[in-house]
Amino acid sequence: MTFINYANKEINCKIVYYGPGLGGKTTNLQYIYDKTALESKGKMISLATEADRTLFFDFLPLDLGKVRGFTTRFHLYTVPGQVFYDASRKLILKGVDGVVFVADSQEARMDANVESIRNLEENLEEHGFDLRKIPYALQFNKRDLPGVVPLDQMYRMLNYKREPTFEAVATTGVGVFDTLRAVAKLILKDLRQSATG
Amino acid sequence: MSTDLVIYQEEYKTLEDVLRRLRVDSNARAIFLIDKNGQQIAAAGEIDQFDTTSLASLTAGNVAATDGLAKLIGEREFSVLFHEGQQDHIHISIVGKRAILLVIFDDRSSLGLVRLRVKRASGEMEAVFEQMANRATEAEAAASSASPFAEITDEDIDALFSE
Ligand SMILES: Nc1nc2c(ncn2[C@@H]2O[C@H](COP(=O)(O)OP(=O)(O)OP(=O)(O)O)[C@@H](O)[C@H]2O)c(=O)[nH]1
Ligand SMILES: [Mg+2]
Repeated sequence: MTFINYANKEINCKIVYYGPGLGGKTTNLQYIYDKTALESKGKMISLATEADRTLFFDFLPLDLGKVRGFTTRFHLYTVPGQVFYDASRKLILKGVDGVVFVADSQEARMDANVESIRNLEENLEEHGFDLRKIPYALQFNKRDLPGVVPLDQMYRMLNYKREPTFEAVATTGVGVFDTLRAVAKLILKDLRQSATG
Repeated sequence: MSTDLVIYQEEYKTLEDVLRRLRVDSNARAIFLIDKNGQQIAAAGEIDQFDTTSLASLTAGNVAATDGLAKLIGEREFSVLFHEGQQDHIHISIVGKRAILLVIFDDRSSLGLVRLRVKRASGEMEAVFEQMANRATEAEAAASSASPFAEITDEDIDALFSE
């Protein structure tokens, strides 16, 4: 749900990073936070366990500059990927404008990736959203690890609707901004679409 | 799907006026109106003292978690949350269907006073939200023809990421 404030000339959009536990969602946000100029970012909030697993969400507000005189602000959230946190995942999807799915490229995590996409589909539906329609980007993370699943195989298994798809190494930042940029663009195009009817 | 929240100058001013009055009447330090998705709508008082973006996001998370708890035990919602600190206290309440009112106050005020004043102000704000909702359904077409986003070009979008 985009929030357009004509009084302040601001538009606010919400992007949610989704995916299986330990896939690298928090690492994506951390990298974005580290590489963004001070004046363009707010504080990053992480509600995490002692072991640095996301417990409720991470949050990072980003100012991307102006479009048509409107300050464009993106609120980035991650969900907790661990299966048993489903209730929290649902809450965070509320009012989402776009989703990034962070898949783990390791063979052993393929089932978890598939299950997490199905879970995303279901949880979106509960909020009245449709994964087929919502701005969506896919990221194959951890490409630096040895013996990862080949790209075309992952693509066949995980690509949902020919969404923009990126290889990434979130720890060093490879593909991180490309993924964010892709979903942000889709959101703005959606806004244009709904404005022109 | 929930429709976008669009707020115009006049409504914004009305809401700010209500917040400002509430802040004086309740002797509070600061007051924030936040939408349930965690975005700040308006604020009044010592707002420079706080990280307002974080405040909005965490408040919304807090309300969302509490809403989840309410549903689990068969309640529709818990309409008020109160957190008591050493010096500062937080009063959180729901306004209408999609907004949250956050009042930060210290011992110059009291929970009773805040609660009383919040109740009255909420009524006024709900009226504004209702007006916004009606406008959204009635004049959606008219409003959107004036939307700045109808004119967005691919270049505009690319420019956002140019640095
Ligand atoms: N080798 C490698 N490690 C990565 C990469 N991205 C993340 N990691 C590591 O994987 C672990 C988990 O990363 P997180 O970002 O916390 O994962 P998450 O998806 O937020 O996990 P949950 O919060 O449990 O859902 C951390 O130790 C990261 O350093 C990557 O591209 N390559
Ligand atoms: Mg995490």
